[in-house]
Amino acid sequence: MIENEVSVEANVSEVNVKQSGHNYKDQYKIHQEPFYQQQRNEVQLYEAAYRSRLPVMVKGPTGCGKSRFVEYMAWKLNKPLITVACNEDMTASDLVGRYLLEANGTRWLDGPLTTAARLGAICYLDEIVEARQDTTVVIHPLTDHRRTLPLDKKGELIHAHPDFQLVISYNPGYQSLMKDLKQSTKQRFTAFDFDYPNAELETQIVAKETGMDAALVAKLVKIGGVARNLKGHGLDEGISTRLLVYAATLIKDGVEPRDACRMAMVRPITDDADIRETLDHAIDATFA
Amino acid sequence: MTTETEYQHPLMAAYWKQLDTRFPQVEEVFEDCMAEALAVLTRAGLDAYLEAARVIGKLGRGVEPMLAFMEAWPSTAKAVGESALPAVMVLIQRMQKSPNGRAIAPFLQTLAPVARRLKAQELLQDYLDITLNFMERTTGSIHGHHTTFPSPGLPEFFAQAPNLLSQLTLAGLKNWVEYGIRNYRTHPERQKDYFSLQSADSRAVLQRERHGTLLVDVERKLDMYLRGLWRDSDHLVPYSTAFDEIRKPIPYYDKLGIRLPDVYDDADNVSGLDRYRAVLAHIVGHRRWSEAQVADNWSPFQRMAVEFFEDCRIETLLIREYPGLRKLFLALHPEPLETSCDPETTSCLRHRMTMLSRALLDPDHGYVDADLNDFVARFHAVMAQGTSSMQEIASLALSYVARTRRQSDQFARVHFDNTVVDYRDDNRQLWKFIEAGDEEDAFDEERKIEPGEEIRGLPPRHYPEWDYSSQTYRPDWASVYEALHPSGNPADIDRLLQKHSALAKQLKKMLDLLKPQDKVRIRYQEEGSELDLDVAIRSLIDFKGGATPDPRINMSHKTSGRDITVMLLLDLSESLNKKAAGSDQTILELSQEAVSLLAWAIEKLGDPFAIAGFHSNTRHDVRYLHIKGYGEHFNDDVKARLAAMEAGYSTRMGAAMRHAAHYLAARPADKKLMLILTDGRSSDVDAHDERLLIEDARQAVKELDRQDIFPYCISLDPKADEYVGDIFGRQFTVIDHIERLPERLPQLFMALTK
Repeated sequence: MIENEVSVEANVSEVNVKQSGHNYKDQYKIHQEPFYQQQRNEVQLYEAAYRSRLPVMVKGPTGCGKSRFVEYMAWKLNKPLITVACNEDMTASDLVGRYLLEANGTRWLDGPLTTAARLGAICYLDEIVEARQDTTVVIHPLTDHRRTLPLDKKGELIHAHPDFQLVISYNPGYQSLMKDLKQSTKQRFTAFDFDYPNAELETQIVAKETGMDAALVAKLVKIGGVARNLKGHGLDEGISTRLLVYAATLIKDGVEPRDACRMAMVRPITDDADIRETLDHAIDATFA
Repeated sequence: MTTETEYQHPLMAAYWKQLDTRFPQVEEVFEDCMAEALAVLTRAGLDAYLEAARVIGKLGRGVEPMLAFMEAWPSTAKAVGESALPAVMVLIQRMQKSPNGRAIAPFLQTLAPVARRLKAQELLQDYLDITLNFMERTTGSIHGHHTTFPSPGLPEFFAQAPNLLSQLTLAGLKNWVEYGIRNYRTHPERQKDYFSLQSADSRAVLQRERHGTLLVDVERKLDMYLRGLWRDSDHLVPYSTAFDEIRKPIPYYDKLGIRLPDVYDDADNVSGLDRYRAVLAHIVGHRRWSEAQVADNWSPFQRMAVEFFEDCRIETLLIREYPGLRKLFLALHPEPLETSCDPETTSCLRHRMTMLSRALLDPDHGYVDADLNDFVARFHAVMAQGTSSMQEIASLALSYVARTRRQSDQFARVHFDNTVVDYRDDNRQLWKFIEAGDEEDAFDEERKIEPGEEIRGLPPRHYPEWDYSSQTYRPDWASVYEALHPSGNPADIDRLLQKHSALAKQLKKMLDLLKPQDKVRIRYQEEGSELDLDVAIRSLIDFKGGATPDPRINMSHKTSGRDITVMLLLDLSESLNKKAAGSDQTILELSQEAVSLLAWAIEKLGDPFAIAGFHSNTRHDVRYLHIKGYGEHFNDDVKARLAAMEAGYSTRMGAAMRHAAHYLAARPADKKLMLILTDGRSSDVDAHDERLLIEDARQAVKELDRQDIFPYCISLDPKADEYVGDIFGRQFTVIDHIERLPERLPQLFMALTK
C-alpha cells in the first residue's frame, strides 16, 4: 500500500502560508483516488459528520483500512489532509508549533495542527494513544464549539478555518492500562468502529488492490481467518488486510504462494513456534 | 506311546536321530517344526538347529526350553538370519551356569516375536547384551551368598519384551531396564512389579522413553489447530495405547472432550502431529455436519455401511474447506487390493466398504467394480448439490448394502486386513437408541461416593526427583500432601512479639529506609542529576525571546514501587526439637520467634508473602502445611497456626521447594523470593544415599532459577558449609548463634530486598 499523504515535519512557516498560500495548500491535496471499498455506510456518515465539522475518531485493529479511509474521504471531499503519526516523545509544541533559535533571536514555527487550522485542512492524528495524555489535551479547544487554538507562547488565538476538521485514529487492541484515551478526550468525537471486512469483501478488496485472481486471494483470506481465530490464544492481533495485500503482491511477482504466505503473513506476526507451525499447516492445507 | 519312532522318510528319521531326545511332547510337534525349518534354513543351518535343540534338551530343565526353541528358531532365523544362533546359545549357556536357568524357557518363548520386531542381527545382539547385563546385575548376592538367588525380574522381563519393543527403541529399552535395575536391585518384589509393568513408575518411565509423538507435547498445537482452522475447541483427553493389547481403543468424543491416543508414531511419511490433526479434523467434521440417527431398526451391517458413507461425506466436506487435507487423508487411508478378499470363503463386507471409502475420497482409485463405480458417481452427484445430510447419505448407504449383499457376509471369518481407517473415530455419536439394547454400554450413570466415605484432604501432587547417578528424573517420585496447619493460641505469638518489642522498633527504622525499586524520571527539577535537553533549549528560547526562562532544566531519577513476592518455607523436621547450643530454647521456639518477627516486618512493608512448613516421612508422604496464604493478612488466624508449629519426621527439601515454587510462580510479581529456613541437610528415612536428596535439592534450585524465582537458604546448622553451598550456590547464610535468629532473620530479609 502506498502512503499518499505527506507526513508533516515541522518545516512549515507562517510566512510561507502568506506568500504562496495556494500552492502550499495544494501539496496536502490528494490528487489520485485512493482505492477504498466501503464496508457499510461509513462514507455517507463521514460526509454528514464533515458537513457539521464534527470531530471524528476511527477505531480498529492494525491494517484494517483506517488510514486509507481517511485518505479516501479527504480525496472525496477535496480537502487537504495533514497527517501526524503520534509517538510517546511527542510534546504539545510538536503539534502546535514552537519558537526556533536563530542567529539573532527566535522565529516562530507553526506545528501541523496549527497549519491545518489555518489552512482549513483535515488534520489526522494517527495512533493518538501513543502520545502522552498531557499532549492530547491541546486538541480540546479545537474539538468543541469554540474551534479555537490558543498559542500561549506566542500570545495568539487562532480561529479555525471553516473547512478544518480533526480526525484521530486508535487501535483499541493494545488493551493497556497506560494507553487509553481519557474520557474527556473520547467524548469530543464521533466514532467509527472498523474491523477486518468479512471474507467475501476482503477477497474483493485484496483482489482489486493487487489485481490478483480472486480464487487465489480467497485462499489468502482463509488463512488470514485462521490467524484471526487465534487472537487471544497466543496472538495479540490477527493477520491484517495489509499483510494479505503484501502476500498477494509477492505472489503476483512470481513468488511461490506458500513461501509468500509464510514470508508476508506468518513470520511477521509471531515468534511463537506452536502458532507458527499451526499457521504453516493451515497454509499447506489450503494450498493443496 | 513308543519312544522309538519310525519315520517313513529316511531323512526325517535321520533328523530325529540327530535330535537324540525322548520327550514325547517334542515328538508331537517335530514334523511341523521340521517342515518350517526346512523351508527357512540352509543345510548347515539345519544341522546347527538340531544340534542346538539337542543341547537345550540335555540341559536338564525339562521339555519346555527345548519345545520353545524348536518352535521359535525357524521364524527367528527368518527374521534376523540363522547366523545369530551362536550368540543366542552363548546367552543360554550363561543362563544355565547362573542361577537363572529357569528363565531360559521364557527367554526362548518370546525370542521369535522379539526378533520379528528387531529385524536385524546386530539389533538382536544388542538385545542379548541388555539381557545379559540385566541378568548379571540382578542375580542375587543377598547376605553375601554370591550368585545364589536368581534374578527376580528376568522372567517377567522376557514376558514383556515383545510388547516393550513395540513401543521402545533399543536405546529406550536399555534406559527402561537400567532404571529398574538401579532402583529395585535390592528389592525382589518391587523388581518383579517393575519388570512386569505393574508398578506406576515402570509405566511412567516407559511413557517417557516411548518413540513417537506424545499428545502432551503437541497439545497446544492441536488446540490452536482446532481453534484456528476449525473454530472449535474441546478438552483433549489422552487414553493409553500401551497396555491394552487385545482391544486397541479408537478415538472418540463425548461430553467430556475428545479422546485421543497418548502417542502416535509416524506412519507412511505422515508425522505423528499430522495424524492427530487428521483425527481432529475428522471429529470436527462429525461435530459440524453429522446428526445422530435412530439406530434401532438397522442391522449392524447397515449401520456399518452408513458409518462408512457418513465418514466419507464429512471428509469430502472437510476437503472442500481445506483441499490439502485430501493428501493427508489418502496417505492414512488403507488402499485394499480389489482381489485380496475371496467372497466364497470369507466375509468381504469390510473389504468392500473400505474400497468404496477409498474410492469416494481418491479420484484415481482405479477400482473396476461396476457397483462400486456406480455408487461413487451417485455419491458425488449427491454431494455436488451441497452439504447433503446424514439422512440422505444413509439412504444411499442402505441401497448400497442391498445391492451388494452376499451370502458370505454372514461368515464368521471376516476379512480385516487393510480395512482399518485409523484416523476415524468410533462413531458412537452417530447413533441414538430408543430402546436400551445390549449393544449400548451403560457407563453414563453417575458414580456416587459410598456412604460413610468422605473425601479427606486434597489428593496428593506428585513431583519428580532428580537421580544424580543417572542424571535423570524419577517421574512422579514424591507425593506431596498439602493441608492447612492446625491452629493454636494466637496470643502466644503476640506475647513473643511483645518480648521483642525493642527489636521491632529497630526493625521499623530499617523498614522506613527500604527503598522501592522501579526507576522513574522526574523532570522539571532545578537541581538534578542530568540536564534535560528539551527543557533547557526551551528555556534558552524563552530567554532569547525576552520571556522569563524556566530555571527547572534538570531532571533526576527516583525509584518507586516495590514488586516483591515472598515465600517463606520452614523446615519442620524432628531435629528442630533439639535445644539450640548455648540457649535454653529449642530451635523450634527460636524459629517461631524469628518467623513471627519477619512476618510482622513484611506485613508492615506490604509485600505479599506466604508461609508454609514441610516435613516428610518417606517419598510417599511429604507434608506441606500452609501457615499463611498470600490472600491473608498477618492476623489472628495466621498467628494461631504459627503458635501451633510442631516438629517431626525428616526433610525432603526438593519436593517441598517444587511445591512452593508452584504457588510462587503463579504470583504476578517482578521479583520472587523463596526463603528456606532449615536446620540441617536434606534427608529422609528412605534415602540411603545421603548425596541423593542433596543433589535433588540442588536440581530443584536450578528449576527455581528457570522460573525466575530467587531461592535463598538460611541454615541453622553450624556444619552446613559442607553441603549447603552445593545446593544453593552462594545464595545462603549460615546463622551460628541461633539465639540471635529472631534478630537476624528480618535483617537478612531486608538486606536481600533492598
